[in-house]
Amino acid sequence: MSSRLSGNEAVAYAMKQINPDVFGAFPITPSTDIPEYFAGFAANGEVNTEFVTVESEHSSMSVCIAAQAAGARAISATSSCGLALMYELLYVAASCRLPITLACVNRALSGPININADHSDSMGARDSGWIQIYAENNQEAYDNFIQAMPIGETTSVRLPVMSCMDGFITSHAVENIELLETETVRKFIGEYNPEHYLLKKENPLAVGPYDVSPYYMEHKVQEAEAMKAAKARILEVAAAFEKISGRRYGLFEEYRMEDAELAIVLIGSTAGTAKAAVDRLREHGVKAGLVKIRVFRPFPGEELARALSRTRAVAVMDKSEGFSANGGPVFAETRSALYDLKERPYLINIVYGLGGRDVKVEDIEKVFARLADIATTGATGPLYVHMGHRSKEETV
Amino acid sequence: MIHAKDINERTPWQDMTPAGEIYEPGTARLFNTGTWRTNTPVFHEEACKHCMLCVPFCPDSAIPVKDGKRLDFDYTYCKGCGICENVCPFPAITMEAGGGVHK
Repeated sequence: MSSRLSGNEAVAYAMKQINPDVFGAFPITPSTDIPEYFAGFAANGEVNTEFVTVESEHSSMSVCIAAQAAGARAISATSSCGLALMYELLYVAASCRLPITLACVNRALSGPININADHSDSMGARDSGWIQIYAENNQEAYDNFIQAMPIGETTSVRLPVMSCMDGFITSHAVENIELLETETVRKFIGEYNPEHYLLKKENPLAVGPYDVSPYYMEHKVQEAEAMKAAKARILEVAAAFEKISGRRYGLFEEYRMEDAELAIVLIGSTAGTAKAAVDRLREHGVKAGLVKIRVFRPFPGEELARALSRTRAVAVMDKSEGFSANGGPVFAETRSALYDLKERPYLINIVYGLGGRDVKVEDIEKVFARLADIATTGATGPLYVHMGHRSKEETV
Repeated sequence: MIHAKDINERTPWQDMTPAGEIYEPGTARLFNTGTWRTNTPVFHEEACKHCMLCVPFCPDSAIPVKDGKRLDFDYTYCKGCGICENVCPFPAITMEAGGGVHK
């Protein structure tokens, strides 16, 4: 069924169709719409969800952890500083192997305080043990949220899932969208039936016990193995989702990559802008392509290396700084993934779009022009640069 | 199902429960937590009225009860917190310095 919704509305609608047991709710810009719409569904009796309003995100995630451990399906939504306030609990959720689903509407993390889109909030949580899936637009935000539970809840995975979209650009822009029938969604999600849960009275359970050093590392290895297993499960769920929706998803999307010599790797809504740039350049005979990473955790290293193996020059574009003084997090992961290739493309990093700084088709074209230069001359120049800021020096 | 008693410091990760979940009650009995003690309660049986106030206040299971009467401390689980001495209305419990068992 066709509709027109903002990204936040689309995710809230997916949540309504899923009808989860518990929503741990605390508002923060730009994710506020999600609990707001959902509060309406709860008030109107359109869902059976226990809508728990709390005093902070530390508490909203705590509610989710307790509910999920008790055997319920728990969800939440947050952004930026809200995600930061959940930080400790993100690790608790993942290490207790509780498949909570969180809608993360990406916003710059203070400071300076800013409410616009970049990925510094979720990138800061990239090592917390959560699966991270990123959307380009409202359709993907809706589709990814529906796929999150079958991924996270499967026994071999049992990990929480963060379903991310760009703040305002995706969360507030109204676009056409194809929605699934509620019956179809519920059948796809299925019932949540964990083997062990706190409310199972015939089987007492302790969750999250203190772990001394002779045991801790074994549990972290279990978690690492679960994250590795998630990759296959994400693809299985994507294949099943294609059957009900006709929409195809992978670990990343390759756009005009078949014969691409110059490629950009990035995450999120900028992919739309980059696709327009690729199309323009293709009209002029430039063999340009785009890889849009959908799944950042688990990181699709081997697959990405294969996709980029035939290119000559690649720009990895990070929408978060990272302050490693050695490039952003997507660059670090991508460069590491390419290390095992016998013949590697030239690789540069461009940090852009921080705190909602706009990026235009022309900016992406400039990046491709630099890649063309690198491919011709073999001289990469500075490997790690910023784009879109004011400077006395030339930037890209 | 994996039981807590079957997991020890030689168990490989594949044979451990996910996230250290424990699927049975009362597993604290398996652990000698009394070694943490730096102060030790001493039970004076002659002053005890067996009012049973100390028993539910003990945060662990250091005060055994048999036939409606509390017995001497089970120091395996006593961490020396002193709550029992504090709630005892009679001079039946005193605290002594050190973690040893005082008789």
